[in-house]
Amino acid sequence: MNDRKPLYLMSPALMWLSAFMVVPCVLILALAFFRRGLYGGIEYTLTLENLALVVDPLYASIFLKSAWIAGLSALIAVVIGYAAAYAISAMPRKHQPKLLFLAVLPFWSNYLVRTYAWIVLLNREGLITALARWFGFEGELPKMLYTEPAVVVGLVYNYLPFVILACYAPLSRLNPEIEEASRDLGGSGWTTFRRVTLPMTVPGIATGFVFVFVLSIGNFVTPALLGGGQFQMIGNLIYAQFLTANDWPFGAALSMVLIAIMMMLLTAQTFAAERGSGGRTEES
Amino acid sequence: MIRQKFITPALLTTGLALGAGTAMAEDLVVSNWDGYMAPDAIDAFNQETGHDAELVLHATNEEIMGKLIASKGKGYDVVFVSSPFAEVLHNLGLAEELDHSRLPNLDNLYDAATQLEHDTGNQFSVPYAWGTTGLCYRSDLTDAPQSWMALLQPSDELAGKTTMLATDRWLLAAGQLAKGYSVNETDPEKMAEVRDLLIEAKDTLLAYDDTTFYAKLVSGEAEMVHAWDGWCNYGIAENSDIKYVIPEEGSDLWVDTMVILKASENKDAAYDFVNYILGAETHRWAAENILYKVPNKAAMDGLDPSLIETFPNMGLSPDEMMQYEQLRDVGEAQRAYSRTVSEIKAAD
Repeated sequence: MNDRKPLYLMSPALMWLSAFMVVPCVLILALAFFRRGLYGGIEYTLTLENLALVVDPLYASIFLKSAWIAGLSALIAVVIGYAAAYAISAMPRKHQPKLLFLAVLPFWSNYLVRTYAWIVLLNREGLITALARWFGFEGELPKMLYTEPAVVVGLVYNYLPFVILACYAPLSRLNPEIEEASRDLGGSGWTTFRRVTLPMTVPGIATGFVFVFVLSIGNFVTPALLGGGQFQMIGNLIYAQFLTANDWPFGAALSMVLIAIMMMLLTAQTFAAERGSGGRTEES
Repeated sequence: MIRQKFITPALLTTGLALGAGTAMAEDLVVSNWDGYMAPDAIDAFNQETGHDAELVLHATNEEIMGKLIASKGKGYDVVFVSSPFAEVLHNLGLAEELDHSRLPNLDNLYDAATQLEHDTGNQFSVPYAWGTTGLCYRSDLTDAPQSWMALLQPSDELAGKTTMLATDRWLLAAGQLAKGYSVNETDPEKMAEVRDLLIEAKDTLLAYDDTTFYAKLVSGEAEMVHAWDGWCNYGIAENSDIKYVIPEEGSDLWVDTMVILKASENKDAAYDFVNYILGAETHRWAAENILYKVPNKAAMDGLDPSLIETFPNMGLSPDEMMQYEQLRDVGEAQRAYSRTVSEIKAAD
């Protein structure tokens, strides 16, 4: 009798998603198979040339560059975020919620404001330079803002809280008796971490990594602001196709490839998470 | 051309605002760049004429073009666009063929402004503001530049302290002018040279910047920037050591225009609006507010002379400007232009 209840409860969310997410996405992606008119706009003749253009070395290299920056950011975020999550989970239970609250506190301010803060810090006449001068440094600091590392720093900073939350979840659920057992059996602290703790928290690491990677590879605000427009990431290229080149079909083709990459990664991560949690129930 | 002073709202809203922003109840919808008219212009027009005009904003030419092409020109009555885009609107059949008898204030324009290459005789567009693109620099920190090469191959001291405009046409124009080519050059070999020169220049840049370059000059973060003359004036207003120069190889002549849409359902109001802006007093008031030159003789003759003293480029005469080549619509070659810009920005 009650079988259908979940469906009823879910239907507003499903309708919302399909009306405002799925349908517009499908409409945009369909544009990838049409021609751009001479002055923008769309000519309704079917073609595959937009998708062919995506693998052109110029645009393929922008994809690779974006994947590199996103991968590097995700890696750094995971290393820092995992360490932070580990430290939080090792604290007394009653302090943990406060520390997690502090970790997500930056989300209370707008993404753009947080990114502009880095401009204030890093620019040539910025706070870091002023501080160095105050300490008596007289030379010229190397260029910090509008560089590739600045983009990576901005992405890591903005997405780090996701990683901390993603890694904290499995770490806090870890049964301390398993680690004790490892030590009782003669495993050193490092061996215990490497062979027991780390493998059991892989799902959290995978979730954190994929989150940062997926959010970074399509990002266009951070490269525009912290990269000074000198780094074209795929998000910037798509932005330009829709808003400056007025080449919607090519922009749609690029989006389609980007969404495909994201879906593959998210699917892989879901599998990893399922395997991970399956493993834990067997062990516990 | 981008006229918005801050990139933040541009980034936030352009993505969301496609198709939004057109009003229903008003009898006249005007789209312009933010801060490109006197702040009281619309209210004054409504009071004087009894119309009910509403101002909506676009951040870039490309943004308003995207909307107009998608809606076939519906939803707007008068738009402000740069001249190559006015040409496109004309070629697409979206621009109204102007009935000069309804625009008596056209007589206020300089003769030169009625003979512009993109639209001789103002058949479909009316020039609103015009000027040059050159170098804006801190005279207390760096030497006066002579050539575009001062920007593209800066001295060791200046390297890392320059910015360039990122909008396709003006970014490319810097290289085209430096090479002695037309700002509408489409020959692939010549454009490859321009691309290589601009890739080389990219290594020496602080950033590409269309929107905050004058603020970078004021703070000293940049010492020389690629700038539209009127926007350099915003820097000069804050620091009198900032100066504007047109390099010896020349500039483009850019013209921002008003276009009435053929699909407008309120043509009387639209004509009234364009005619109102062309009035000697109103157009002068616009120039004094936005610090851009207007192609209106009656308005410029009435300009406060102290403005020209403070902002010398406000005093450039039409003859001086007309020696430069106007940006034109390059048609099919626009796709090659976009690609060249992608190549420059993707280069390491």
